Amino acid sequence: MAKVNFKIWRGEKGDGGYKEYTTEVTEGMVVLDAVHQIQAETAPDLAVRWNCKAGKCGSCSAEINGKPRLMCMTRCSDLPLHEGVTIEPMQAFPHLRDLVTDVSFNYRAKKQIKPFKPRKPDAPDGTWRMSQVDVEKAQEFRKCIECYLCQNVCHVLREHAKHDEFIGPRLFVYSAALEMHPLDTEDRLKDLKDRDGIGYCNITKCCTTVCPEHITITDNAIIPLKERVVDAFYDPLAKLFRGLGKKKS
Amino acid sequence: MASYKTLEFDVLVIGAGGAGLRAAIEASAAGAKVGVVSKSLLGKAHTVMAEGGVAASIGNVDDRDNWRVHFSDTMRGGQYLNNPRMAEIHAKEAPARVLELEAWGALFDRTKDGRILQRNFGGHKFPRLAHVGDRTGLEMIRTLQDHAIHKQIDFHMECTVVTLLKHDGRVTGAFGYYREHGQFVVIRANAIVLATGGIGKSFSITSNSWEYTADGHALAYRAGADLMDMEFVQFHPTGMVWPPSVRGILVTEGVRGEGGVLRNSQGKRFMFDDIPDLYKNQTAKDEEEGWRYVTGDKDANRPPELLTRDHVARCINREVKEGRGSPHGGVYLDIAWIKEKIPNAQEHIKKKLPSMYHQFKELAGVDITTEAMEVGPTCHYVMGGVRVDAETQMSTVPGLFAAGECAAGLHGANRLGGNSLSDLLVFGKRAGEHAAAFALGQTGPFPDANAQVADAAAWAEEPFARDQNGDNPFRVQHDLQAMMHAKVGIVRIDSEMREALDDLKSLGERSLAAPVSGNRDFNPGWHTAMDMRNMLTVAEAVTLAAVERQESRGAHFRDDFPAKDPEAAKFNIVLRQGSDGAMQVVRTPVVARTDEQDAVIKEMG
Repeated sequence: MAKVNFKIWRGEKGDGGYKEYTTEVTEGMVVLDAVHQIQAETAPDLAVRWNCKAGKCGSCSAEINGKPRLMCMTRCSDLPLHEGVTIEPMQAFPHLRDLVTDVSFNYRAKKQIKPFKPRKPDAPDGTWRMSQVDVEKAQEFRKCIECYLCQNVCHVLREHAKHDEFIGPRLFVYSAALEMHPLDTEDRLKDLKDRDGIGYCNITKCCTTVCPEHITITDNAIIPLKERVVDAFYDPLAKLFRGLGKKKS
Repeated sequence: MASYKTLEFDVLVIGAGGAGLRAAIEASAAGAKVGVVSKSLLGKAHTVMAEGGVAASIGNVDDRDNWRVHFSDTMRGGQYLNNPRMAEIHAKEAPARVLELEAWGALFDRTKDGRILQRNFGGHKFPRLAHVGDRTGLEMIRTLQDHAIHKQIDFHMECTVVTLLKHDGRVTGAFGYYREHGQFVVIRANAIVLATGGIGKSFSITSNSWEYTADGHALAYRAGADLMDMEFVQFHPTGMVWPPSVRGILVTEGVRGEGGVLRNSQGKRFMFDDIPDLYKNQTAKDEEEGWRYVTGDKDANRPPELLTRDHVARCINREVKEGRGSPHGGVYLDIAWIKEKIPNAQEHIKKKLPSMYHQFKELAGVDITTEAMEVGPTCHYVMGGVRVDAETQMSTVPGLFAAGECAAGLHGANRLGGNSLSDLLVFGKRAGEHAAAFALGQTGPFPDANAQVADAAAWAEEPFARDQNGDNPFRVQHDLQAMMHAKVGIVRIDSEMREALDDLKSLGERSLAAPVSGNRDFNPGWHTAMDMRNMLTVAEAVTLAAVERQESRGAHFRDDFPAKDPEAAKFNIVLRQGSDGAMQVVRTPVVARTDEQDAVIKEMG
C-alpha cells in the first residue's frame, strides 16, 4: 500500500531517543504488525511486549501519536499515516527498554488488597445461587485485561508519582469487583481510604476514556467506592453505628 | 563461567497459564515450597484467549448430563486414541474443579434459578460449557492468578527456561534467563511441572502467540521423556481470514453454539452435506432441528456446524479448494441471521458474544449483528505432548510432570472445545499434588550441576558470537512456519512430509547461523534465536509422527490414506531421543479400556 515512517522511542532505563524506521503498511495492518515488521526487517532487538494480538491479554500497551492504546487494536488506517506514526512506551512506569516498562507496581499493589472471602455456600452441595443481574455488576469490572493504560493516564500516578499512596484506577476496578461481588463478605473500605488513596482521585475520567474494554471505571467503580467510603467514615449516622459495633471489622 | 542467580524450591512450575497456576496452588497447599516461572507477565498466558467455556457435566441446563456422557463424548471426539483413564478422571473431576473456581471468586453466567449456566459446544451431547460470555479464559486465569498470589508462591515473571538439569536419571532443576536483563538463573527443584502450552507458533496461520514455541515439549524430549500423539495438531475451523494481519485470530465456537451457521459463496449450509458415520445418530436432520437444539430443545440433535473441529475444518477447506469460498479464502459464519428467529437479536448477540463483536468491529470493520463473518481454519492446539501417567501426570522421567496442553493422552486424535480449560484444572491440580508428594519425598542436598549449567550458559551466549551476515532469527522462524503450514498442515501427503524433513535440516542449519545483534537486555531477536531450537525439534516430531500414521483420523488427515485404518486404532505414536541423538519413532499399544469404560461407551451409543 504505502511506505510509512515510524518514529519509535528506543533506549534503556529512560535514556535514549526516537529512531526512525520506514516500512510498508498494507491493508488492515495494526500498529503492532508494523512493529513486528520493523523487528523482522531491520531491528531484531527492538523490545516490545505482546501476546494475544487480539485485545484480550493487555500486553502491548504503548503511546501511539501521544495517545495511550493497545498496539494490537490500533489500525494503521485510522492514523494520519502521511504524518508518520510515533510510538513511545507508557510514561507512568519505570522504563526498561524501548517500548517495555516495569509494571511490577501493579502486581505489588494488587497483592496488598484483601482477597475474595465468600459467604457460606447457599446449598448443601457447597454451591451458591446468584442472579444474572447481580453477577453482571461485578462482571463489568472482571472484563479488565490489565493493560494498565488507565494507570498510565491517571495524573496521580503519571504526573504526581504517588505510587506509594495511591493504587490507581485498575486496582480500584479490582477492589470494586471484589466489593460488589455478590458473595464477598470482606470489608476493604478502610484500606481504600487510608492505604489505597481513593481520595486522590478527582474524577477527571481519563481512565474511562482510555479503557480498551470500555469499562466505565470512574462512574461504576470509583465513584461508588468513594460513596461507600464516605458513608462509612464521614456519615455521622454510620459513624454512630460503627461505634456501636454494628459494622463489620 | 557466566554468572547466574540461584533459586531453590521443592516444586518448580514452568508456565503460568491455567495448568501452571492450578498446579502451583495445589503443590503449595500440599506444603511444598513452590516457584513459578513464566515467559510473559502473570495473567497474560494463552488461557486468557480461551473464549467459549469450560466443559464439566454439572448438569445445570440438562440434568441428563453426567460424567459418563462427558467421558463418552471425549473418547468419541478423540477417535478412541485417548488414554481412557485420563478421559475418565477428567470427566469425573471436572465438575468439582469448576465449582471450586466459584469459591475462589469466578463469576460465571447464571441460569434462571441462579446456578452456573452451561452452553452447547461441538461434540458435547448436552449443554456442558460453563462460561462468561465469550471471555471464559480471562475469568479463569484471573481467578487462579488472584487466588495464587496469596498462597506463598514465588513468581518469576518474564523468565524463560532453556534446559532442564538432571542427576541419576531424575530432574533436579532448570536453567533459564530473565527477559528483562538477560541474567541467567539456575532453579533447583526436586520436582518440575511443565505447563508451557502448545506449539502453534510453528505454523503460519495460528491463533497462538509468540510464546507457543513448544518449550515444554522440547525440554521434556531433551530430558529423555517420551512425546506422544504429535501428529495430531488441531486446526480450529473458525479463525479470522481478513484483513491479512489478523489472519488466524480465533473466532469462538460459541458463535456456532449460539446458532451461528456456516455458508459457502452460494449461500448453502454445506455442513449438512457431509456428516461422519460416527455422528449420524447425533446430528440434526434439517435446519429447523438444528435451531431447536441451540435454543434448548432437549429432543433435538445438534446442527452439523457443531460437529468436531477436525471435521468442520476439513469441510471448510474443501469448500474453499473447490471454489465455493468467500472473497478472502474462507467461508461465511453467520450469526446475524438469528434475527429471523428472535426479537432483539442484535442486543442478544452483543450480550452473548461481546468480544467477538468488538474484535470484528475494530479489526475488520464488520458488524457481526448485521453481516456474516469470513472465517477459515487456524492452527489452534496440539493434542500431542509429554506422555504422562494418568493418575499422577508424571512423565517417563522421574520428577518431571506435565499438565495442560503440553501433556498428551486426554484428547487422543482430536480435542473437543471446552475440554482444554477443564483439562488444565483437573490435571493441573493432579500434577501439583503429585509433584509436591514426589519432591517432599526427596532427601539430601541438590547434586552438583555445574557442568550442565556451564554448557547451558555457553549455549545461550553463543548466538551473539555468530557472523552477522546470516538471515536474522525472525526470517528463519517465518520460513519454518510457512514450510510447516504448506507441507505438514491440515491435509498431508507422504511426499511433501519427506520434503519437510529435508527442509527442517536446512532450516536447522540456518537457525544455527542466524546472527543476534545488541545485548542481552530484553532482546526479542536473541529470544527467538533460542526458541528456534524447540520449534525445530517439535516440528520434526510432528512430521515424523505424521509420516508414520498412514491413515486419516481426527485432526490428522492424509490425502494418500484418506480412510481410517482399524489397525492404526491400536497404537499411539511415541517419539523419544535415541542414544545416538536421533529422534526415534515407536508405536505403542493404546491403553486398553476397562470393561466398565466399554460399557459406558456402548450405552451412550
